[in-house]
Amino acid sequence: MNPLAPQVVNLFAAGLLLLAFAMLAQRRIVTLIDLFALQGLALVGSTVTMAWATDQPHLYYSAAITFALKVVALPWILHRLVRRLNVKWDVETLINIPTMMIVGILLVVFAFNLALPISELSRSFARGTLGIALACVLMSFLMMITRSKAVPQVIGFLSMENGLFFAATSATYGMPMVVELGIALDVLVGMVILGVFLFQIREQFDSLDIHHLEKLKED
Amino acid sequence: MEALFLLLASPLLGGLALWALGEREVAPEVNAGFSAATLAAAAWLTAGVVSSGPVEGFAGQFFVDPLNVFLVALTAFVAFTTSLFSRPYMRVEREKGRMTAGRLRLYHSMYQVFTFTMLLALTTNNMGILWVAMEAATLATVLLVSVYRTPASLEAAWKYFILCGVGIAQALFGTILLYFAAERVLGAHGDALLWTHLDLVKSQLEPAIMSLAFVFLLVGYGTKVGLVPLHNWLPDAHAEGPTPISAVLSGLLLNVALYAVIRCKVLADGALASRFASNMMMGFGLLSVVVAAFFLSRQRDIKRMFAYSSIEHMGLATFAFGMGGPIASFAGLLHMTVHSLVKSAIFFAVGHAAQKAGTQLMEDIRGLLRTNPTIGWGLMIGTLAILGMPPFGVFASEFLILTTAMREHAWATPILLLALGVAFAAVFSRVQPMVFGETLLKRLPHQPALAPVFIHLGLGLMLGLYIPPYLAAWYRQAARLLG
Repeated sequence: MNPLAPQVVNLFAAGLLLLAFAMLAQRRIVTLIDLFALQGLALVGSTVTMAWATDQPHLYYSAAITFALKVVALPWILHRLVRRLNVKWDVETLINIPTMMIVGILLVVFAFNLALPISELSRSFARGTLGIALACVLMSFLMMITRSKAVPQVIGFLSMENGLFFAATSATYGMPMVVELGIALDVLVGMVILGVFLFQIREQFDSLDIHHLEKLKED
Repeated sequence: MEALFLLLASPLLGGLALWALGEREVAPEVNAGFSAATLAAAAWLTAGVVSSGPVEGFAGQFFVDPLNVFLVALTAFVAFTTSLFSRPYMRVEREKGRMTAGRLRLYHSMYQVFTFTMLLALTTNNMGILWVAMEAATLATVLLVSVYRTPASLEAAWKYFILCGVGIAQALFGTILLYFAAERVLGAHGDALLWTHLDLVKSQLEPAIMSLAFVFLLVGYGTKVGLVPLHNWLPDAHAEGPTPISAVLSGLLLNVALYAVIRCKVLADGALASRFASNMMMGFGLLSVVVAAFFLSRQRDIKRMFAYSSIEHMGLATFAFGMGGPIASFAGLLHMTVHSLVKSAIFFAVGHAAQKAGTQLMEDIRGLLRTNPTIGWGLMIGTLAILGMPPFGVFASEFLILTTAMREHAWATPILLLALGVAFAAVFSRVQPMVFGETLLKRLPHQPALAPVFIHLGLGLMLGLYIPPYLAAWYRQAARLLG
């Protein structure tokens, strides 16, 4: 195996984590979508490197699916949605951004500690990155919690899926092909349904603010 | 094998056909027809498994054993009766203008797709495909929950989508960890996620990974079972969607999610050789029973109330599977069966009652017995059955669960009894005036579909009085599989 390969994968993993922080701090929806596409690209980069270094052809297919879905299709759908819904403006976060950054750092520390015992058992050369994958998942979760608009919540959801996908490639060289195809199909269908759904919400409330969706509570 | 193919092909084709058929007048009948075909295929498959044991199909990708075949039969049966109920129900919704032609097309098509995803989740042998099918089941129903396009229904659907999506993402992480553990033993290829293969080597799976994997899987699939504190989506989705969808969500989807948890538990138990998985399930189950019981008395919307009752009963079943052992697992399986029969019957009756009163608020539904006695009796008998009155099946399963708890986990018995008592008081005091009170409301103008209600209640009664020997043998076999 090329000695450079683990370094390259680590580089992409660092990029992924950095992008997760950038998304946490980003307030413009259009930029958020671009960051999401970049995150997809980093994912493709690391998957291709691993495919090349370990000579596993199925990882090339999986990289191709990721590229088509997360770099091309989903950002395109999201951009289209944002244009059609006309929600390009800044979105306020519920917690101010410096605080979110600190919480994010704590999450990274937590994720690394949680992943440590597992990554020691892994035979994959990229096992050190499992902590990063888990950190990305947790930070996307944080992003979903702290955004009050529908579209950033959706992007948080999709970026969580990126983190999960990275966990799968870094710990096990990817899931079986049929499962990966199924997951990709689910994500795509989910996105289309969400698109329809956002229009229904807008039609009903004239806004995409989630605050309108807090009426159903226990008395 | 052929039966398995038919079982999956029928609802999938049905979904496509009904989408192509569009807004024809016969769509409800076609929907029922496809559901009947699915039921026939399920009966054929069940007969095969009963007579000649477990079947594998399509290179081991599909697997039917006594545990899932009974859920397949139950799912196909309830999906069929619900499609019968939805014929008159949806016609009335159409006349009232709540459903339009386009929405009905979506409804019928997605109903079949939803059935397909549940049957796929039940019959697949691949833990990854199980995840895919569970997520697809959410996607198929999310637009049905929001089909009335009211603010409340949109909110319910949004919650359903996001909370179940996040929950199921945890289950995906659990599945990745499971694959990671499996790959060390079985090698990195597609077969390493097949449940039958995992089951053979479960004692060699790395305990540290499996315990973490089980936590993620339980939280993930547990969100779909509606276990407290992950249950927030459930009452909203049940209350705001159309009633046939409430019936299949409550009666079927929750069962399928619990089935996924049970399959994972068998693997975790084998790998850990401790009561870790059992204790987690008992904890979540007990919490769900107690919290749901206390929330029951605070409900004003009838469908919401019965949604909380579903959380309570799924919690009870989870608790039973957590206790484990032949009797508790038997009771858990029986409880899943009777709950899904009786709860869907209640939702059918509730659907007609709410249509008659024009509201789902319980204080405005009064005197069903005076104007529509059959609906009234259906609701009353169903309520008594679900509250665990003898001689219904729920009594039998709750009795078995409680006696096992008394023997093995005596501390849990008073908590369970208290919760069941609170639930009884809360639900009965609400249903009683709805059935017996005075009313000025007029009789329901159309013929309600009550045959499904009484067929379900009859079966629930039969399971309480007499479990046919082949069925009992079958449950015992399934309980033995669970260990």
